Amino acid sequence: MTHMIALVAVLGISAVAGWFGRSRATGLRGAGGRLHSLPNYHGFHVAIWAVVPALIFLAAWTPFQSQMVQRAVLASPEAQSLPAFEMQRESILSEAKEIAAGERDAGFNPESEGLVPRFREAGGRYATIGGALAIFLAIAGAALAFRRVKIDFRARTKVERWVMGLLIGASLIAILTTLGIVLSLLFESLRFFNLVSPTEFLFGTQWSPQTALRADQAGSSGAFGSVPLFWGTAFIGAIIAMIVAIPLGLMSAIFLTQYAPAKVRAWMKPLLEILAGVPTVVYGYFAALTVAPAVRDFGIAIGITSASSESALAAGLVMGIMIIPFVSSMADDSIAAVPQAMRDGSLALGATKSETIRKVLLPAALPGVVGGVLLAVSRAIGETMIVVMAAGLAANLTANPFASVTTVTAQIVQLLTGDQEFDSAKTLAAFALGLLLFIITLILNLIALTVVRRYREAYE
Amino acid sequence: MEARVRHRNASEKRFRAAGFFAVSLSALFLALLLANMAWKGLGGFTRTEAELTINFPKSDLLIDPAALHGGQAQEVIGSADLDGAVSQAAAAQYGPDAAELFGAAGSRALGRALIKDPTLLQRSATLWLPVGSKADVAYKSEGDPRYDHLMAKIDAQDKVRLRFNSDFLTASDATDPSAVGIWGALKGTFLTIMVTMLLAFPIGVLSALYLEEFAPRNRWTDLIEVSINNLAAVPSIIFGLLGLAVFLNFMHLPRSAPLVGGLTLALMTMPVIVIAGRNAITSVPPSIRDAALGVGASKMQVVFHHVLPLALPGILTGTIIGMARALGETAPLLMIGMRAFIAAPPSGITDPSSVLPVQIFLWSDEVDRGFVEKTSAAIIVLLIFMLLMNGLAIYLRNRFEQRW
Repeated sequence: MTHMIALVAVLGISAVAGWFGRSRATGLRGAGGRLHSLPNYHGFHVAIWAVVPALIFLAAWTPFQSQMVQRAVLASPEAQSLPAFEMQRESILSEAKEIAAGERDAGFNPESEGLVPRFREAGGRYATIGGALAIFLAIAGAALAFRRVKIDFRARTKVERWVMGLLIGASLIAILTTLGIVLSLLFESLRFFNLVSPTEFLFGTQWSPQTALRADQAGSSGAFGSVPLFWGTAFIGAIIAMIVAIPLGLMSAIFLTQYAPAKVRAWMKPLLEILAGVPTVVYGYFAALTVAPAVRDFGIAIGITSASSESALAAGLVMGIMIIPFVSSMADDSIAAVPQAMRDGSLALGATKSETIRKVLLPAALPGVVGGVLLAVSRAIGETMIVVMAAGLAANLTANPFASVTTVTAQIVQLLTGDQEFDSAKTLAAFALGLLLFIITLILNLIALTVVRRYREAYE
Repeated sequence: MEARVRHRNASEKRFRAAGFFAVSLSALFLALLLANMAWKGLGGFTRTEAELTINFPKSDLLIDPAALHGGQAQEVIGSADLDGAVSQAAAAQYGPDAAELFGAAGSRALGRALIKDPTLLQRSATLWLPVGSKADVAYKSEGDPRYDHLMAKIDAQDKVRLRFNSDFLTASDATDPSAVGIWGALKGTFLTIMVTMLLAFPIGVLSALYLEEFAPRNRWTDLIEVSINNLAAVPSIIFGLLGLAVFLNFMHLPRSAPLVGGLTLALMTMPVIVIAGRNAITSVPPSIRDAALGVGASKMQVVFHHVLPLALPGILTGTIIGMARALGETAPLLMIGMRAFIAAPPSGITDPSSVLPVQIFLWSDEVDRGFVEKTSAAIIVLLIFMLLMNGLAIYLRNRFEQRW
């Protein structure tokens, strides 16, 4: 009996028991009594008591079972001849386990063949015991709950308490995710800061993450100064991308809200939304394939001979295009929120539409627009695929847009997709970079939120 | 005075023109992107085929036609030297340059033709086989000068044609770009999205219900609201780091499996669903709730029998948009190990697999020019999926949304 069979059996028992509970309740109602709760609730009550204890038991039995199986196999005669060396022992045992489970056809070590029947036997034995106990619990739970189906039994209250427990559990998962992110990043980063000092990491200007594989290896000096990375991120995401996105996004929003007729706005706006929906890997490929060579040719044409084919300008341009919808939609919402009265008053005084926009509407909508820009910046600096594909991996501290710079996210990808063991400073550096990135985007989002909330004028 | 009014009117016209220019430029960028991908990618859906005459009895192939009738046919074909036979016949027909004309796809197509009709082995047969990547590139545009020359020569004999590349949608990753397909990636995407949906939707909706209807309003719940809003804005690569640290290193789940990918993407999509759910639930008017309470429903019954059904369209719209975003994500999946070359489609959620955006990323790194059109073709497929999902969300929103 495997876990699957036990699980299906428990669920089946619970469904049948629930059905019986409901019919019993309906019968009681038909016999002339006024039930406190609807029959459905009685049914659910029985079903819950059948399934929950059994599931909890199965969840606890699984690790217990693997331990007991391990012990039984180690006590068997074939296991006495296993080598004493820890790692070899472990590998033989895990091979035998995989063969017994059918995940593998043959192992590398000859001893594992002998252990397979032991694993199968012990595994089968404990699985049967566990399955039988689970089914027993299910039936017992169902029987006990069935006895309580009476006219004045408050089944609905009990069931609703279980549902509330489920809701709270779901919310806890949502909340724990944030905690999980922070803790896991913090934990790994602390291990990194044990190897590399925080001041070197935060303020160093040399980034060449090598770790020595042997003590006397030449060129093994690792420099983990992250300033070039953050400069690259800011250069591409906060400067070049914003130079593209802010004017285009803002003017698009102004045009769509103030000048465009309703019919044009109806299809123009979704068109801009499509820009936001395109996957970033497509933008990255477009940048690498078309934009980067064009930028390099342009750079060479205007005399910058060192123009690289992986330039900050190419990545920044495409990232700016991607960000336009974010700026545009936030600006759109804030401009639309300014009451008509202000607009009409300004026009009545004789201002042209553009003067109204520049001198009345935009200042009134400014907090929202600024919040939108900050959120867009936060999105841009967290962007990965465009910079991995179009910008390079060379950590340069340069202000030349035709040169190749790298960003924090590109380095995280680079550090973690190589073949490195998990403990080296190189891979841990990725977690430290991730922590810093998380903190920076968090701060940007909080500032955006406070700016919008505090400075937004309350009209009427 | 006149002059000033003229200036102001001119400035007005310029401003309006600037706004129109901005919108047009954005639309132009989108059009440029789509056109570029379509232009480069449409070629990926077609493949070049060339005619080849193989004299099977005279070739070095030692296959027993009777063996091809049973269930062992695949193995028999797999162990035969189809590459050699094809290469020999091509060199005999088109000259020594053509020895490498047909690639892996050609041998595979030959194998399929033989299984379908084993009697071919007893005679000389003329077949249309797909050519290898270099010849494909040379025929469709321009490539290696030797192959340009060769394809021109064969074309002059009228023995070349372009056909729809059905292999692209049914085959998996391979080293020869003329033989690659996206089926493995599509299956991986499907499994991953299933896992994501099954995890994120219930947890997101139930959390939204609790936080909006039942949770007390105090500083702790304010903090929770801020933290969930922030989670929705966290860069996706951070979720990848979380997945790496917790699911792979702490829980030792299998690398690169749809299970882990789905778990990571579920963590990323869940805040989006919670936020969309809260907005939808808030938009249900209090009168509905009061009326239900007035009729005698309990709080839980009000929520599940009245509020939730009315908020469901909004929740579904938000979910589909969240799923569409998860579908296009690459960075977190790269972090959990989906960077390997997977040649076979996954058969379960614990097998190593790839997803379509990651497959696109891996192909974009390849040097072989034949991969350019395949990558762009895969991008076209991805964009079609995105368009369908977003279109579905907009349709649902327009059809079912109620304004109170």
